Amino acid sequence: MIPEIGHFALILALGLAICQSVLPLLGAHRGSTAMMAVARPAATAQFVFILIAFVCLTWAFLDSDFSVLYVANHSQLSLPTIYKISAVWGAHEGSLLLWVLLLSGWTILVCRYSRGLPAPFSSRVIGVLGILSLGFLLFTLLTSNPFERLIPAPADGSDLNPLLQDPGLAIHPPILYMGYVGFAVAFAFAIAAMISGNLDQKWARWTRPWTTAAWLFLTIGIALGSWWAYYELGWGGWWFWDPVENASFMPWLIGTALIHSLAVTEKRGLFKSWTLLLAISAFSLSLLGTFLVRSGILISVHAFAVDPERGLFILTFLSIVIGGALILYAWRAPGLDSEAGFKPLSRETFLLLNNVLLVIATILILGGTLAPLIVEVFTGEKISVGPPYFDLAFIIPMLPLVFLVGIGMHTAWGMQAPSKLAQLIKKPAIVAIVLGIALPFLIYGSSGALLVVGVVAGIWIMIMAAIQPIGYWRKNGTILSMPRGILGMSIAHFGVGMFVFGVVIVSSFSIEADRGLRPGETVNVAGYDFTLKSLDDIRGPNYTAIEGNFEVRKNGAFISDLRPQKRTYLVQQSPMTEAAIDAELERDIFVALGDPLGDGAWSVRLQYKPMIRLIWLGAFVMALGGIVATSDRRYRATGREH
Amino acid sequence: MRYLFPIIAFGLLIGVFIKGLDPERDLNALPSPFLGKDAPAFDLPKLKNPSERVSSSDYQGVVSLVNVWATWCVGCRQEHEFLKSLAQEESVPIYGINWRDRREDALEWLDVLGDPYIASGYDHDGRVGIDWGVYGAPETFLIGKDGTVLYKHLGPLDRVRWNQDFLPLIQEELENIK
Repeated sequence: MIPEIGHFALILALGLAICQSVLPLLGAHRGSTAMMAVARPAATAQFVFILIAFVCLTWAFLDSDFSVLYVANHSQLSLPTIYKISAVWGAHEGSLLLWVLLLSGWTILVCRYSRGLPAPFSSRVIGVLGILSLGFLLFTLLTSNPFERLIPAPADGSDLNPLLQDPGLAIHPPILYMGYVGFAVAFAFAIAAMISGNLDQKWARWTRPWTTAAWLFLTIGIALGSWWAYYELGWGGWWFWDPVENASFMPWLIGTALIHSLAVTEKRGLFKSWTLLLAISAFSLSLLGTFLVRSGILISVHAFAVDPERGLFILTFLSIVIGGALILYAWRAPGLDSEAGFKPLSRETFLLLNNVLLVIATILILGGTLAPLIVEVFTGEKISVGPPYFDLAFIIPMLPLVFLVGIGMHTAWGMQAPSKLAQLIKKPAIVAIVLGIALPFLIYGSSGALLVVGVVAGIWIMIMAAIQPIGYWRKNGTILSMPRGILGMSIAHFGVGMFVFGVVIVSSFSIEADRGLRPGETVNVAGYDFTLKSLDDIRGPNYTAIEGNFEVRKNGAFISDLRPQKRTYLVQQSPMTEAAIDAELERDIFVALGDPLGDGAWSVRLQYKPMIRLIWLGAFVMALGGIVATSDRRYRATGREH
Repeated sequence: MRYLFPIIAFGLLIGVFIKGLDPERDLNALPSPFLGKDAPAFDLPKLKNPSERVSSSDYQGVVSLVNVWATWCVGCRQEHEFLKSLAQEESVPIYGINWRDRREDALEWLDVLGDPYIASGYDHDGRVGIDWGVYGAPETFLIGKDGTVLYKHLGPLDRVRWNQDFLPLIQEELENIK
């Protein structure tokens, strides 16, 4: 009964999505207040019904109702409760339901915070979001119904993929989707502006907080995914340029570009058509990512069940939404651009460079991701593009960017006096260069050309980002009253610096060793003594495991006990490596069990990863900057202007 | 005109996707030229001992697996444990083609994670991969006693897919020969 209620609620939500898309758009066109007034109630009701459906599916998981096919395939009686909940979005059908739920959630937030905007505009925004919701609800109901029954029901389910039984991965998809779906709002704002043919600086101010909010979720989501790959895949890497990772990274890059170009559009009224194109692209790349992951057109570890019917559906939907948006763009954008120019040395120039470099990086990554497919379609040849291409394709545009960031954020709008700028950057540049050359030698005892460039870049950004908040604090004794937009920008850029610094140090000074160890034996790696005290058989709720009991000491002083496991999940019979990590801000110590070597010995992988925390911490600081910037009073004041 | 560029580029991309979704191009099924036909011959230096060779004649007369792998491939890492358990059961010999990889990386990988392969050939420039129509690692070919390709699986292999797609074919093959 419960699954049928969920199914029925989804069908009702579909009906409401039709109302939400057709009536407000038509009403805005005809100037009918009554029709536009449908937008908010329809969106609210739709959210309620999607939420009901979501709760019903969650219930089916908690209740272990294996007469529901999706539950039977992705759960099991002894699965811990937290993973029964996260299993709801652990595979295609349920994650799609999560996607519509979040889209609907964003929509009611838009309903709530757009009351101060002109009615035709907000109605169009809500209407466009309704169309998107309609498409995804149709997709769910026609090709991917999570409530499909399985009669007769099996006695037990076939368990959730063990790779997904992890706290990091339980929260990674919802947060990532919040980001993906969040770009729908900026997309809807862009479409609404193009329909009305009216794009002014106020439009940019309305759009900015939504874009930043979506971007910060995407930032956290990607960082969580990278962190998960680091400890769960068991080999210490943190980014693999997998097609699905790229699918989440491309909207992030374009979203970052969009945040910056929106700043220009708001402050100077420039880059209008460019900003529109980025707003369309950010969400289009999110949709493209969905298509790539769920159609099976590319191969990836993340790939969901492959089904050509689903692929065709998303492709059709993709063509309508993105194609429609781009046709509208080709028609409307030419009338929107203004003639005003700007001086070569100005913030506009730096933001333009930022955009150009970010877009180049995105195009290169998109090219690399799709190259195997394109080459095969046209020539029948099969090629593969690996990390070496992506590393290079990413570093080339990003290297100039990290140096420009430091200058750009201190450049004035319109025109900057060169002498003042030179004076400002002289000291930080000297400090960054001196530290960049000295630090690797002092701390790690060696250096190299590329390493110095990277360390200088990281320190440079951090110093330049700290100048304004420190200056404000000196003058006013607090930074809390600082304009949030500027404070957020400084924090986010500081995070970029941390990230760059972390990446450079990790890739230069990591130490890895693979050793065979018997209980009682000790090895020394990177100055740490690892003693394997014992190997124990243990039993988890749905797995058995061998657990290594390691004691780590440095110069005789106790550092930590580490207990890496080699698990065998009972239902799927798949072995999993659970690494054990002792994390400190300045280094990780990482122990993973390999395989038995005979005679009671085990192969063990021991790693020392300096500054790896800064990679994720940097991303979280970027996101924190986004939170601070979104809370700027300027954005909340918009409600009272009309 | 420049405002038309985005829609034109997008149109081209959609064209590629439509061709890519063509059901004929079923990634998991074997490209038709090989199904039921002789597997392409190969002759490669052994990964562990470059002075020796591993070639398609090594597995003549035996049902065997040929697994294309690389250290840069996440899916290979994922299926590695399963391949090892398969090797322990000793039901089917597994030959590896180490594809577009660096020898030292590959050797370290086998050292750390264990080696399920009878032998791995070192296909550094991916030439054998092209002969075999390798789309992306990992790929696993099931080769019959007479050297024909019985099945190809693309992506990480696991117990479920093994039981479902490989075992019936192996049993059928063994019975047919009798």
